[in-house]
Amino acid sequence: MLAGLVFLPLVAFLVAGLGNRAIGNLAAKSVTTGAVFVSAALSWWLFLRLMSGAVSAEDQLLFEWFRSGDMAVSWALKFDMLTAVMLVVVTSVSALVHLYSWGYMEEDSDQPRFFAYLSLFTFAMLMLVTADNLVQMFFGWEGVGLASYLLIGFWYRKPSAYRAAIKAFLVNRVGDFGYMLGIFGLFLVFGTIGIDEILARVGAFEGATFRFLAWDVDVITTLALLLFVGAMGKSAQLPLHTWLPDAMEGPTPVSALIHAATMVTAGVFLVCRMSPLFEASATALAVVTVVGAATALFAATVAPTQFDIKRVIAYSTCSQLGYMFFAAGVGAYGAAMFHLFTHAFFKALLFLGAGSVIHAMHHEQDMRFYGGLRRHIPLTFWTMMIGTIAITGVWYTAGYFSKDAILFSAWNAGTPVARLAFWVGIGVALLTSFYSWRLMFLTFFGAPRWAGSGHIAHAAGHAGHDVFADHGSAQDHAEDQGGRGALADPTAGHRPHESPWVMLVPLLLLSAGALVAGFLFEHQFVGGVEAFWGGAIVHDAAFFARLHEVPGWVHWAPAGVMLAGLGLAFLLYVRRTGLPAKIVAAAPALHGFLARKWYFDELYDALFVRPAMRLGALFSRADKGAIDAVGADGLSEVVAGGATLAKRFQTGYLTSYALVMLVGLAAFLAWFTLGG
Amino acid sequence: MLSAMILFPLAAALVLLLLPGDEAARAARARGIALVATLLLFGAGLLLWSRFDPSTAAFQFTERAEIFGGVFSWHLGIDGISLVLILLSVFLMPLCILASWKSITTRVPEYMAAFLAMESLMLGVFSALDIFLFYIFFEGGLIPMYLIIGIWGGSRRIYASYKFFLFTLLGSVLMLIAMLWMAQDAGTTDIPVLMAHDFPPQVQTWLWLAFFASFAVKMPMWPVHTWLPDAHVEAPTAGSMILAGVLLKMGGYGFIRFSLPMFPQASVELMWLVFALSVVALVYTSLVALAQQDMKKLIAYSSVAHMAFVTAGLFAFNTQGLEGAMVVMLSHGIVSAALFYCVGVVYDRMHTREIERYGGVATNMPRYAVFFMLFTMASVALPGTSGFVGEFLTLAGMFRTSTWVAALMATGVILGAAYMLWLYARVAFGDIRSDEVRAMPDVSPREVAVLAPMALVVLWMGVAPGAVMEPLRAPVASLVARLEAAEPPATPVARRIREALLSRGDAG
Repeated sequence: MLAGLVFLPLVAFLVAGLGNRAIGNLAAKSVTTGAVFVSAALSWWLFLRLMSGAVSAEDQLLFEWFRSGDMAVSWALKFDMLTAVMLVVVTSVSALVHLYSWGYMEEDSDQPRFFAYLSLFTFAMLMLVTADNLVQMFFGWEGVGLASYLLIGFWYRKPSAYRAAIKAFLVNRVGDFGYMLGIFGLFLVFGTIGIDEILARVGAFEGATFRFLAWDVDVITTLALLLFVGAMGKSAQLPLHTWLPDAMEGPTPVSALIHAATMVTAGVFLVCRMSPLFEASATALAVVTVVGAATALFAATVAPTQFDIKRVIAYSTCSQLGYMFFAAGVGAYGAAMFHLFTHAFFKALLFLGAGSVIHAMHHEQDMRFYGGLRRHIPLTFWTMMIGTIAITGVWYTAGYFSKDAILFSAWNAGTPVARLAFWVGIGVALLTSFYSWRLMFLTFFGAPRWAGSGHIAHAAGHAGHDVFADHGSAQDHAEDQGGRGALADPTAGHRPHESPWVMLVPLLLLSAGALVAGFLFEHQFVGGVEAFWGGAIVHDAAFFARLHEVPGWVHWAPAGVMLAGLGLAFLLYVRRTGLPAKIVAAAPALHGFLARKWYFDELYDALFVRPAMRLGALFSRADKGAIDAVGADGLSEVVAGGATLAKRFQTGYLTSYALVMLVGLAAFLAWFTLGG
Repeated sequence: MLSAMILFPLAAALVLLLLPGDEAARAARARGIALVATLLLFGAGLLLWSRFDPSTAAFQFTERAEIFGGVFSWHLGIDGISLVLILLSVFLMPLCILASWKSITTRVPEYMAAFLAMESLMLGVFSALDIFLFYIFFEGGLIPMYLIIGIWGGSRRIYASYKFFLFTLLGSVLMLIAMLWMAQDAGTTDIPVLMAHDFPPQVQTWLWLAFFASFAVKMPMWPVHTWLPDAHVEAPTAGSMILAGVLLKMGGYGFIRFSLPMFPQASVELMWLVFALSVVALVYTSLVALAQQDMKKLIAYSSVAHMAFVTAGLFAFNTQGLEGAMVVMLSHGIVSAALFYCVGVVYDRMHTREIERYGGVATNMPRYAVFFMLFTMASVALPGTSGFVGEFLTLAGMFRTSTWVAALMATGVILGAAYMLWLYARVAFGDIRSDEVRAMPDVSPREVAVLAPMALVVLWMGVAPGAVMEPLRAPVASLVARLEAAEPPATPVARRIREALLSRGDAG
């Protein structure tokens, strides 16, 4: 059963990928989508059965991967509640994204490849969440990285797309560097790479030190933090976040699946999976908390300055992942997983909704050229509205339950770091509400501003539209907010069309999830019950039983800032639309700092990329110059006779070469046989 | 069996040289005969594998004939380490012949004969159990390669072949002197005896350095690597395949067969030298690869970086390091050969190695793009490909010996991804650069026949390398035991952790 649901997407990938044009679009799409839907059904079934106690957690060995000395690595499928939750999230979102892509990728000339990659991603992600050892998890880890690379660069003819793909892969590799050292360290200390074996013996090493590089360091803290470096890369946390906004170059369904709901949450999953290890080190937990909180704040400050609709949602994702990390950091792993679960619904919804908008607007992604769309694409509007109220935490939506759980956990944990995270969390909730409503107002309200869009003008000029040429990023457009000179007709004669049903059905299903997922599962994920998690993560039932015992103002603060953010966005983007430009003009340095994403890209370029290229060029010359001058070329001048000999070889025939070879060998043998 | 495997390709080479008929007929026959001969040897290799007993570290299939007047003997035999390298050689050789099918049009019989002669010498290197016999094969292997580069190579072939010859020969002279001394001291030229012989510690260092001179050049290690890019650039495609695929492994084989077991004390003392050179090689050549404009040079430099994993893994002196180094050698043998062939495929069409001339190849050569992507990923050690298993194990082994070395070598996973993905993007992605690129047809069935076997092996070794690693266990275990007896001072981390475990009563 479990093996079936994990390997079905692999089979689908092979069929669609190898079959490609030979089997055609319809077959490739049907096979992949069908396989993932079956996987999703099986996942839900297993999840519910595990929850009801009809099946129990188990570890299923497949076959040996590799073995060397006392290191033995196997392919295995681990199944417990943590895995089950991830299975449900991954396969459900994946299935809906497969379905949605039937509509979104309708006009693409390369559909089998796209669906094959989606299925490959799903398989790798399932291998990641079912791993019972850290090396298999690394397989999934890098496998989703590969799929992400392939999908970001899906429109490989665009330089911006493949550059973003390479960037994503490389930044993730930086994280993997830490993750790998973490594995080696765990193997060195624990003598195994099995997750259960390691976690069972964490206690024996509390307080122990070992020599890592030049320092004697605490074993648990160091190893937990090395693993966390990997989590930072995969989950786009500071300072390894720079790849995620660029990853929006990929088709929008990819952003929904990989860069919102599933892959980027792998880091959170890793920390929860290894929660007993992290629990054993207060230092490691503090680092996790601070990194999470800092990222949540950083991304939430950048999001309001972005105009590309997908980049806004990307920064939003980055920020929400920060929430999950600081929840884990304060020891509330259940709350982290709960937010991971609800976030998958509303963030996938927001991305797919954005995709529907982009679809309607001829691949225009700049919100400055949107406006007034709610009357034209009402279903998209309403589903995105649901996504927005869920992410901002309106009462009884999914985000309301999970965000409150995180904030209250941070408050109750009580340590100074946790309190700091709480305050940051409140601030981020305000910003989240603000930028989310800003997105809604810019897109769906006000008057149409479509005429300035090159995409729409292009589409109006040409009957057909080329998907490759159409995907420009917001960077191509002017950075100012003034917009272009208004034409007589602000719609440029464009009539946005609502997306087809294959795209709307996933939106509706995700909307349902975004509304009820919190309400339905609060008791299980963050209730005062121990049975649900069944030991899969560290879960302090008593802590969660008192979760809502917070001061009144703490209780109302999230709702208060949510309303404040809504009000502010309403003021700036509906009532007084001239104000944002004035604010930007009043504080250009601050705006530049935020709009350029705190200059991280520029910094890394100056610190790493350029020096590496320059050193490479320098060393290349050194190879030719220094080493060869004293090496071969220098020698060849000394042995001048050799050079003339070589020239003679040049003019010779094979027979003479063979002759020399034979004579040489014969002389050699003779010397030994006779002379020795 | 081993003698037959060594002599058979030589005989086939002679037949090729004596083929009658006109130029075209000779060429066609030569191709056919060479392919059949190499396939037969591949079959023989598989037979060898099936009859091999992996439970022992002792040499198997041994043969001995005193045909050199008692000075040294025709002594052959293999252990698991030799076996897997022989398998690598006989696997790659038919692919090299197929790869040369159309791209070599001049003096075809001579070309094929040179390849067969090389196969004979390679098999000899990996199965020789007498140091002088080994020396003959080891140096003899240079000659066919020298001819292949010098006759069928590119425009600067003379310079490249001369440089290649000079570098490798100079290293070998020192090795020969060391061998003479060893034969004198131990009174035997027998490798199995010498592997158990304890040379005086103060002499070990000199002997070790002499061998090191030869193996470091062959590997190649920094800074004696500069012959490799030139040799690759000028060599014909199949020449590069066999150079990167097998010849570079002779250096690693030398370390594991001679330096480590024969001079364990010296190895332990000088391991920091090897580590330092490996780390410098990795970082230096990775950065150089990043700056290359020539596809073959880029892959040549990546070979040096990968070989650094081998040397650092070998000198970690533990099971993971040694077995990992062997797996890196096998994996790199196939992956680099495949990458050089990928270059060859487009070179045959456009006759340039300059990366900038390509671009957008994925659009009109989709099947080629898939193969190229697979081998690129194997080169950057993506889990699930053969590249991962080796690099992971070597790093795990290094980490036990020195966390510094492991951390510095692990930067290779970032740098390697940088230059390989950037290469791939410049060749395959983007808009089709020119009409020349647009006119390139996708891979032909013959080319698929070369690429597909390598692709399958790369995946197979990436998912279940057990069958390939099984023969390594016994010889590696005995080598580790010998090195541990030499008291490596090098595992303070591992030992302290073990002590911590014991003191906590949790040694299980």
